Amino acid sequence: MAGEKKAGEKKPAQKKTGEKKTGDKKPVEKKPSQKKVREKIKKPKKYHASRNPVLARGIGKYSRSAMYARKALYKRKYTAPETKIEKKKKEKPRATITKPVGGDKNGGSRVVKVRKMPRYYPTEDVPRKLLSHGKKPFCQHKRKLRASITPGTVLILLTGRHRGKRVVFLKQLATGLLLVTGPLVINRVPLRRAHQKFVIATSTKVDISGVKIPKHLTDAYFKKKRLRKPKHQEGEIFDTEKEKYEITEQRKTDQKAVDSQILARIKKVPQLRGYLRSTFSLSNGVYPHKLVF
Amino acid sequence: VFKRFVEIGRVAFISFGRHAGKLVAIVDVIDQNRALVDGPCSGVRRQAMPFKCMQLTDFVLKFPHSARQKCVRLAWEKENINEKWAATRWAKKIEAREKKAKMTDFDRYKVMKAKKMRNRIIKHEIKKLQKKTSKKVKKTEKKQK
Repeated sequence: MAGEKKAGEKKPAQKKTGEKKTGDKKPVEKKPSQKKVREKIKKPKKYHASRNPVLARGIGKYSRSAMYARKALYKRKYTAPETKIEKKKKEKPRATITKPVGGDKNGGSRVVKVRKMPRYYPTEDVPRKLLSHGKKPFCQHKRKLRASITPGTVLILLTGRHRGKRVVFLKQLATGLLLVTGPLVINRVPLRRAHQKFVIATSTKVDISGVKIPKHLTDAYFKKKRLRKPKHQEGEIFDTEKEKYEITEQRKTDQKAVDSQILARIKKVPQLRGYLRSTFSLSNGVYPHKLVF
Repeated sequence: VFKRFVEIGRVAFISFGRHAGKLVAIVDVIDQNRALVDGPCSGVRRQAMPFKCMQLTDFVLKFPHSARQKCVRLAWEKENINEKWAATRWAKKIEAREKKAKMTDFDRYKVMKAKKMRNRIIKHEIKKLQKKTSKKVKKTEKKQK
């Protein structure tokens, strides 16, 4: 509104010739030739901080009338949008129409509603939600990752056959599990999956910015394979299942491909190799809640 | 018996409260329990502070009682209290404690390795000295025989 612009707010834009007199009081004098440039540059509106200093919580220094004067509300009077109401009153669309009707003794015309009432009201206002509403399958779940776990972080595994070992984090897989590697030569931990919850993230990071992890390392690659084809052989079921896990050649090549890149970066940091070789343990007087990892 | 006294200009270390860990100078004594205190070079506003939370240091500044902050600051900077404090064993112990608490897992490993190496060197020297003395004892025994 016009009143706001006059009320000393520091808007350099849109100076009209009528307000040039007030412009003399302002510290910066702007040339009329720069008007157009200024009008294009729109400054975001800056609101003044509270003009009522706080004496104690909930108690201001100035009274209502003093604040009225301080905020210059006598200049800022807004009129209600009356014209719209008047317009609405004028421009309301017709609710009924009179239509001619044929036939004898019918009265000649009928008053017909333009917008008719609905002929059916459903018994429920909002359609009932399915029992499975909001329940997503596992593949569509949201995967979260702790902020402390970034690619290259050294993690301490807490469960599994590699518990206590310090390991390098590579990436988070589609199911949310973490892809992790020893590297193998350092602590005999291969490319493996680890669960976020059973891992301590240390603040030590290895720079893995340029390392390329092959794309075929997905959850399906790491999933345990089980053969189950009974085929009416009740006595020999235990033989067909894999008893011993055999390391495939593909796993070995993938391990080498990833580890060679990471080992080069580990060697750059002094003592990091020895650190990854060591295991984590608690002893007397060591309290995990007091340790900074 | 007592070496450090509460006096005008005594620099005190605040042990607990909002300003824990900072140094202040005692500007005036208010009553039995409180002093008017000011720490212009340590970020403590001029205020009343109970003696209980203050621990006296060895440093004393020279300024008259109820001197204003500017005078306290001049005296503080003339005596170079901040540098003198950092050089004291007290401040170094505090710093060492803070560093120890912030140690990460990797730091702990490095400390363990350093300690191990240090102890090994020490033991090596001790063994060398032990060998020397045992040789000497053997020599003197032989001579006596």
